[in-house]
Amino acid sequence: MSGFMSSSIGKKFFMSITGLFLMVFLLVHLTANLALLFGPEAFNKVSHFMGTNPIIQVMQPVLAIGFILHILYASMLTIQNQKARPESYAKTVNGHQSSWTSKNMYILGGVVLSFLVLHIINFFWKMKVTGSPLLNEVEVDGEMMENAYGLVVGLFKDPQLGIVYSLVYILGAVGLGFHLTHGFWSSFQTIGMSNDLWRKRLTAVGYLFALLIGAGFSIIPLFLMITA
Amino acid sequence: MDLKLRVWRQKDANSKGGFENYDVQNITTDASFLEMMDILNEQLVNSGQDPVAFDHDCREGICGMCSLYINGRAHGPDTEVTTCQLHMRKFKDGDTITIEPWRSGGFPVIKDLMVDRSAYDKILQAGGYVSVNTGGVPDANALPISKIDADEAMDAATCIGCGACVATCKNSSAMLFVSAKVSQLALLPQGKVEASRRAKAMVARMDELGFGNCTNTGACEVECPKGISIAHIARLNREFLFATCKE
Repeated sequence: MSGFMSSSIGKKFFMSITGLFLMVFLLVHLTANLALLFGPEAFNKVSHFMGTNPIIQVMQPVLAIGFILHILYASMLTIQNQKARPESYAKTVNGHQSSWTSKNMYILGGVVLSFLVLHIINFFWKMKVTGSPLLNEVEVDGEMMENAYGLVVGLFKDPQLGIVYSLVYILGAVGLGFHLTHGFWSSFQTIGMSNDLWRKRLTAVGYLFALLIGAGFSIIPLFLMITA
Repeated sequence: MDLKLRVWRQKDANSKGGFENYDVQNITTDASFLEMMDILNEQLVNSGQDPVAFDHDCREGICGMCSLYINGRAHGPDTEVTTCQLHMRKFKDGDTITIEPWRSGGFPVIKDLMVDRSAYDKILQAGGYVSVNTGGVPDANALPISKIDADEAMDAATCIGCGACVATCKNSSAMLFVSAKVSQLALLPQGKVEASRRAKAMVARMDELGFGNCTNTGACEVECPKGISIAHIARLNREFLFATCKE
C-alpha cells in the first residue's frame, strides 16, 4: 500500500475520492440552505437539526479532514507538475482545445478556499465559537433554538457591507461551479470509471451538477437582495 | 514561399540554449516540414555553419522518431499527423515559424531540437511486454476476443511513442503513452497473465523518470498523431487500482 500512496495514480485517487466526498457534502449543504427560501422557521429548524444531529456532528471532523486532504494533495501534485517541465516553451497554444477550468483547477481551488475561510468566519465560527447577538434564541414550534436565519439575513442585509457580502458569496458560488465543471467528470476518470461513452455522459452530468451548485448557492444572497 | 524560422539551438545537454533566426526562400508548398528543415540545413552547411539537429527516421508517419514543437503545438498546426507528414501548405508566405524541442524533465535536450526519449523505453522495459510464448498466429476464431476489444487493443497499439502527449501536457505527464501500452495488452488474453504486475511496474517507472501527474485536461489526445483516446487512461487507472487491491 505504501507504493500506492506515493504513486502518481494513488495521490490522484485521494484527490478524486475526497473530491467526490466533498461533492456529496455540497448537495447536503445546498439542500439545508434552500430551506431559507421557505422562511425563518423552516431555516431555523433545519439549522437546529444540522447543529444537533449526532451523525452530522460526527461527520464534521471527517469533512474537515476531507477538505484538508483535498487541498494537501492538490498542492503536492501541482508542485510536482510544475517541476516536471523545468524549461517552458517560448510559444505555446498548449491544450488549445482543453477547457480553461481543466487547466486552472488549482487557481479555482484557491478561489473556493478563500471563500471557504470567509464563510467559516461569517457563520460557522459565530455559531460554534464566538456567538453573535443576531443568534439570540427564538422559539419555533415550542422549542428554543438559535436564530440562524437572523445571522444569515443580518450578514446579507447589513446596511454597509450587505451588498459586498452578497456579491462575494455569488462569486464564490460561481468559482465553485467552474471548479466542478472539470472536477466532476475528472474524479470518475481518475478512479477508472469512464470510457469514451461514459465520458460524454459524465461531462454532461458534471455541467448540470456544477450549474445546480453554482446557481443553488447564489440563490440565497440573490433572494435576500430581491426581497430587501 | 519565403519563411522566417526561429529555431532553438543548443550545443549539448549541458549548454544553455537560445533561439536563432534563419530565412529560407523558395520553399514549395508540397514540401514536408522536414524537407524544409533539410533545405535550411543545406543552406547552413553551404555557409559553413553547424546544421540544426533534429530527429527523424521513416518519414512516413509510423516510426515515431520525428518530434518538434512548431508554433506552439506538438507536430505543428495539422491534426493527427507527425511532423514528417506536415506539409508546408499549412503555412503562409512570410510566416515566422517558431521551432522548439519537446520540453519535459523526462525528455532532456541532447542537441538543438533532439531530445532523449529513452525514458519511454525504460517504461516499456518495466512491463510493456508479454513473457508467455504465444506461438504462431492463432486461427482467427480460435481465440474468443470480441471485435470491440480487438479494435480497442489495436487502437491503443497504434501508439508510436513519439512523445507528443508529454510535450503537450501542461504537466508533462506520460499517462497517455503508458495507458496505451497497458491497454493494448490488458484487453487481450495474452496480456492478462502479467496484468497487475505490469500496471504497477510501468506506473512506478513513469513516476521515477520525472513526468508529471495527469490532471485529465485531455490536451494529449488532441495532439496525439494517432488520435489515441484518454479513455485508455481511465483503463490504466482501473488496472492500477485493481492491481493494488489484489496485493
